[in-house]
Amino acid sequence: MSMFTRAKKTLSKFFQNIFRRKRSRIGIYGPPNAGKTTLANRIVRDCSGDAIGPVSEIPHETRRARRREDVVITGANGNTLSLDIVDTPGVTTKIDYHEFLEYGLEQDEAISRAREATEGVAEAMHWLREDIHGVIYVMDSTLDPFMQVNIMMVGIIESRDLPVVIVANKTDLPDAAPSRIKSAFPQHPVISLSGLEGTNMEELYDMMTEHFR
Amino acid sequence: MIQGVQIELISADRLTNLTTMEKIRTILDSVMLGNIVVLEHGLTPDEQSMLVEVTMREIRPGGFSGIEMETYPGKEAESGGIFGRLFKGKKPRQGRMTVIGPAGQLKMLKIERDRLVAWASLTSGG
Repeated sequence: MSMFTRAKKTLSKFFQNIFRRKRSRIGIYGPPNAGKTTLANRIVRDCSGDAIGPVSEIPHETRRARRREDVVITGANGNTLSLDIVDTPGVTTKIDYHEFLEYGLEQDEAISRAREATEGVAEAMHWLREDIHGVIYVMDSTLDPFMQVNIMMVGIIESRDLPVVIVANKTDLPDAAPSRIKSAFPQHPVISLSGLEGTNMEELYDMMTEHFR
Repeated sequence: MIQGVQIELISADRLTNLTTMEKIRTILDSVMLGNIVVLEHGLTPDEQSMLVEVTMREIRPGGFSGIEMETYPGKEAESGGIFGRLFKGKKPRQGRMTVIGPAGQLKMLKIERDRLVAWASLTSGG
């Protein structure tokens, strides 16, 4: 190797180290109960054998953004990528504590959950504007993808030029129709999977290693 | 006494000269009084993001519980999926006419390419 080539490589590495982000921070976003934490747990478990947080059928179980650092994703294509995964509270424009009473919570508990949930959603929106480098947007494939919150969130993500992978989750359920999500968002990659059963995760990892590089 | 819902139509001109926070306060102050706000032009994605954040900070258990917001997709719906539908091009992606009201009081019945049908209750929780 000539001195010139060696110098060029050293210089290139030097600038890469200075200007390249150490790790991309990938936010898992979506409406409440889309299966964000289940998916985050699946990713983190597959890649580090750990979990990121508890899951529940009661909406807004995740009320604080939770970050897991240095998760190494390996695609079937052999590519690897080190990321920080941020599991965020479900995004909504309304929270009424009465909704939680229907799940059998006591009033005090429901009010406290509602308070924490509002703070969590505000925090998640703030993260999206300031601290996130890419997004996994999770939708429940048994529901209509044309919900206002989905329209708004993908609009925000697009306006910030953030790379996004859309996940059509819950394909294990009989009513799942991931094709509706694919036709609603033809301009973005959509991966159909079940975070709960772990089906088709390899396709997601392939897409992540290509998309969030 | 006649009961009803106040509907406030805000022109694009009125909003153009306001800062993001002024726009959000104008909308939220009105919605928190129980009014339905109709914006001639919608908000930009960043403004929508701020609106959600500020709305969350205003929610009080037993009181204000948030907003309903809807925009009709417009001509863009004919090409390229939902986000082509709402916003096109790279810059200032402004939504189209937008209806915002108190959660539980405003319900969207029909959303078509160029038509929104909304239903408003006189009382919250309806």
